[in-house]
Amino acid sequence: MGRLLKYVGKNYAVHLVIVAVCIFVSVIANVQGTMFMKNLIDVYIVPMIGKRNPDYGPLLGAIINVAVFYAIGVAATFAYNRIMVYVTQGTLKNLRTDMFHHMESLPIKYFDTHAHGDIMSIYTNDIDTLRQMISQSMPQLLSSVITIVSVFISMVILSIPLTVVSLIMIAIMLFTTKKVAGLSGKYFIEQQKALGTVNGYIEEMMEGQKVVKVFCHEEEGMKKFNQLNDELYDSANYANKYGNMLGPVNAQLGNVSYVVCAIAGGIFASYGVGGLTLGGLASFLTFNRSINMPINQVSQQLNSVVMALAGAERIFKILDEKPETDKGYVTLVNARIENGEVKETDEHTGQWAWKHYHRDDNTTTYKPLEGDVVFNGVDFGYDDRKMVLHDVKLYAKPGQKIAFVGSTGAGKTTITNLINRFYDIQDGKIRYDGININKIKKADLRHSLGIVLQDTQLFTNTVMENIRYGKMDATDEEVIAAAKLANADGFIRRLPDGYNTMLTNNGANLSQGQRQLLSIARAAVADPPVLILDEATSSIDTRTEKLVQDGMDKLMHGRTTFVIAHRLSTVRNSDCIIVLENGRIIERGTHEQLIDEKGKYYQLYTGNSAGQLQ
Amino acid sequence: MLKTLGAQIKEFKKDSIRTPLFMILEVLMEMMIPFLMASIIDDGVEKGDIRHICIIGAVMIVAAFIGLYAGIMGGICGANASAGLAKNLRKAIYENIQRFSFSNIDKFSTAGLITRLTTDVTNVQNAYQMLLRMFVRAPISMICAMIMSFYINAKLASIYLIAVIILGAGLFFIIYLVSGYFREVFKKYDDLNASVQENVAGIRVVKAYVREDYEDKKFSKASYNVYKMFVKAEKVLSYNAPLMQFTIYTCILGISWLGAKMIVVDELTTGELMSLLTYCINILMSLMMVSMVFVMVSMSMASAERITEVLNEEPELVNPANPVMDVKDGSIVFDNVDFSYKKGNGEYVLKDINLDIRSGETIGIIGGTGSAKSSLVNLISRLYDVTNGSIKVGGIDVRDYDMETLRNQVAVVLQKNVLFSGTILDNLRWGNKEATKDECIRACRLSCADEFINKMPDGYDTYIEQGGSNVSGGQKQRLCIARALLKKPKVLILDDSTSAVDTATDARIRKAFAKEIPGTTKLIIAQRISSVQNADRIIVMDDGKIDGFGSHEELLATNEIYREVYESQTQGGGDFDEKGGAE
Repeated sequence: MGRLLKYVGKNYAVHLVIVAVCIFVSVIANVQGTMFMKNLIDVYIVPMIGKRNPDYGPLLGAIINVAVFYAIGVAATFAYNRIMVYVTQGTLKNLRTDMFHHMESLPIKYFDTHAHGDIMSIYTNDIDTLRQMISQSMPQLLSSVITIVSVFISMVILSIPLTVVSLIMIAIMLFTTKKVAGLSGKYFIEQQKALGTVNGYIEEMMEGQKVVKVFCHEEEGMKKFNQLNDELYDSANYANKYGNMLGPVNAQLGNVSYVVCAIAGGIFASYGVGGLTLGGLASFLTFNRSINMPINQVSQQLNSVVMALAGAERIFKILDEKPETDKGYVTLVNARIENGEVKETDEHTGQWAWKHYHRDDNTTTYKPLEGDVVFNGVDFGYDDRKMVLHDVKLYAKPGQKIAFVGSTGAGKTTITNLINRFYDIQDGKIRYDGININKIKKADLRHSLGIVLQDTQLFTNTVMENIRYGKMDATDEEVIAAAKLANADGFIRRLPDGYNTMLTNNGANLSQGQRQLLSIARAAVADPPVLILDEATSSIDTRTEKLVQDGMDKLMHGRTTFVIAHRLSTVRNSDCIIVLENGRIIERGTHEQLIDEKGKYYQLYTGNSAGQLQ
Repeated sequence: MLKTLGAQIKEFKKDSIRTPLFMILEVLMEMMIPFLMASIIDDGVEKGDIRHICIIGAVMIVAAFIGLYAGIMGGICGANASAGLAKNLRKAIYENIQRFSFSNIDKFSTAGLITRLTTDVTNVQNAYQMLLRMFVRAPISMICAMIMSFYINAKLASIYLIAVIILGAGLFFIIYLVSGYFREVFKKYDDLNASVQENVAGIRVVKAYVREDYEDKKFSKASYNVYKMFVKAEKVLSYNAPLMQFTIYTCILGISWLGAKMIVVDELTTGELMSLLTYCINILMSLMMVSMVFVMVSMSMASAERITEVLNEEPELVNPANPVMDVKDGSIVFDNVDFSYKKGNGEYVLKDINLDIRSGETIGIIGGTGSAKSSLVNLISRLYDVTNGSIKVGGIDVRDYDMETLRNQVAVVLQKNVLFSGTILDNLRWGNKEATKDECIRACRLSCADEFINKMPDGYDTYIEQGGSNVSGGQKQRLCIARALLKKPKVLILDDSTSAVDTATDARIRKAFAKEIPGTTKLIIAQRISSVQNADRIIVMDDGKIDGFGSHEELLATNEIYREVYESQTQGGGDFDEKGGAE
């Protein structure tokens, strides 16, 4: 709660103060009006009764006086409602952008360990409940508290004995409310649970509805559904029953309180106990009514506040997650080579160099970007207890093609995720152009690497912008050239708006193969010296597959390439094939060497073409 | 629409009627109180008549308790009626979906059906409860208070009439403006959340291309736009509270001024003035309540409409009048079959298909995506009806069979297959409820599922999570095949059902089929040539037509598409994953 207030206050401290003042003014104006009721009868009406020529002047003056107060109250109400719009929406906007900004900086590991649905629910459900709380509960709580306090004071001024009677009634009310709310809360939790079960079952059966039909399993499914549905009905019925009781119980207890005060007050007034007058009793009864309402409101609002705070906690938890650390200081700069010496330059030369500052002797050296990658004794595990890769050694000279083969879970993808530092290694060293990659700034390291993942992720934007994702300052011509290289130009031109076709829903209107072509084009426009490719295993139709293959081959030409290979042709013409098993390299060499060795690779190779090459 | 939904109230009709009646009783009691109050002040306090105060006070307490009883009963009945309607709605929707054919399901989409059964039903439930409890209560409360006011003093009460009209118009105008704005806002808001979703799913791409800043800026801009629109909408809404206050205050002051004058000339008593002031808040609050109910109900209308759509949907396939209950053999004949998913638009997915498959034959089917391989086989077990022509299984038109009989004899292993939460045995017995464990094991041996099941700690009693998330793709496929085998079908159709199974295991499954179930007609759709090349005959599909039909050798010699696919796969394709994710 404190943290949330601090967060709101960070940008809206002045607003909040004004809001508090306005609420105060609004409440006071209201109370003041009620006080007037007392005077209306006692001071103005009663003396005039029976007079022949009553003087309405004082009454008119008093009413105008109250009217002014009321007008200020209405203005204050308007003001705080209006200001709260900005406070609420502004805070939510800040929270959203902060959360998004922070999320973008979180390491991949965070996304591995948190279900995407859970992350989304913070953006949607938690933010929504927070909106309710900030815009409704907070002002209402504040105004309720102010009302309660000021009304209470007025009641004490009017008549202490009656206030005591009123307090006893309030105590009874609170006690009953707590009992009923407790019961209702218990059943609400049960209802949520039952609802979760029913919804889960519905989801499962709807996802599998076609299978249900194929197996004529409708009757059995229905039996189970009816049973769950009945359970949900029971708990929902109870939860709502008790929930619905709360209102009338409070209202009628309020009425009883009213009656009790009226009788007691009537008796007091008749005997003049504690100086209570008829007008005073009238005011008191109005106060009695107006104190019951905010007390009910506070007890109802508390529920939603608790819920919103749980959401706020989740929001702050994501904001507290540690972002990806980057201690790298070696940067990538535009370079020109003069007389065999690398010089830094501001212009775009198409040539790049690593700018390496050495603290020991305060010198800066430049090393041209070539794409030489070395793994030395690398151990890695997603958590420290269980290693996934053991003692991996690798050498890739600029322009070489390295293929990884092995079963699922052997560690192929993991190795490629280490090169761009999606994960940090536990032991050993990875060097890029001779520099330890931990020393290279992450952004610059990733700029120098192109990546084509198996599952292509496209963003809601035009085809052109999706390709340009690889290099933000690429011209349209460069984008089209890249698309041509990737063999994507053909199908893009056949799309309704060509390069300006909007893609939505992760490119749902494109085929798997077409999406992959876009991903290749994206890497092509980035034009990096080192490429990481994950070939698709899933079945693309044969014609597109051919285009994808050609596109990939063209892209790989002249670059250091790490490829997770599924195709024989890719593997066969690699400079080095690495066979992985259980996180260890078990064989390495060219296709011919490995075939001669008659080891695992040979098995894979021949097993794969079973029935064709035998 | 209301008729369709109303029909689902069924056994909860009694409570649905009782709720508003109780609410009315509660309101009547509530209305009496200020009236009695006036009597206490005028006849009791002013005349110093304690006895009168006590008598009227007792009447008031009785009224309060009757009100309490009515309120609680109304709450109980309302809860029961709305929870009951929700139950009946869910049941009715679910039941109707069970009657749906594939084309009905396609029409609504799985996600659409889930939303209707969950969120939409909840929305309608809440709106119905609100409707029963408030929609009658609030106007009645308003009308009663109004009548009481007029009864006390018609001249003064006419002020309320004016106030109600002004406030009502104001509220209506605000709601009208705001609902338009909010519809827009929520659409933008959904878009914003979709972009978050996109970023969460594509975080690797974002990071790999160092686009964090770019995405951040994009999001900030979108978020700012949503902020602006929200502010615009809520600014209108912020007139609500002050307008309400303004009306109440004006009424209070007006009544006070005029009332005071009347009291002086003895046209009104002080007690009556107090009652009038109490009714003022009653009337205007009720009006506010009516507007709120109105908003809620209108918001749930969209949900009600979506539910009605499903309830009124008629299944496209129905059993014939005198169905054939026995499938003679596994022969399949396609006679001039055309097929279109949408009736009458002439876009045929399959055109002019003629096939004659003998019982017990093994048929491979190959072709690119979108060449209608799945559509072809889905017609055989009558998951869809042909548009033109006819299909005969065992010599009889599929439309003449009892659907359950046909589907039990023609087993399809769907391309998008699912396992359900439950043990492996539970899942297998979908194929045949009475299957013994031995029969299940035999089916699993045939589909090569036995080998990995035995390695699991609980063997056949291993619990499968929802959607089969704790088994790999290849394992899932083999379990699905076993499940279909348990039907002991005359025709077995595998729709790309071994794509995640490695080639060697795939070959063993096919070998087992040939040996163990020779009498069953087998149709195998595959992407891999190796999966179909040993079939008796192979169908080559291209763009909804049969491009070639013959043995591997014949097709290699005569069919260009087949040859192209064969060459690309043997020379460079294939899958290099050992046991492709199977183990």
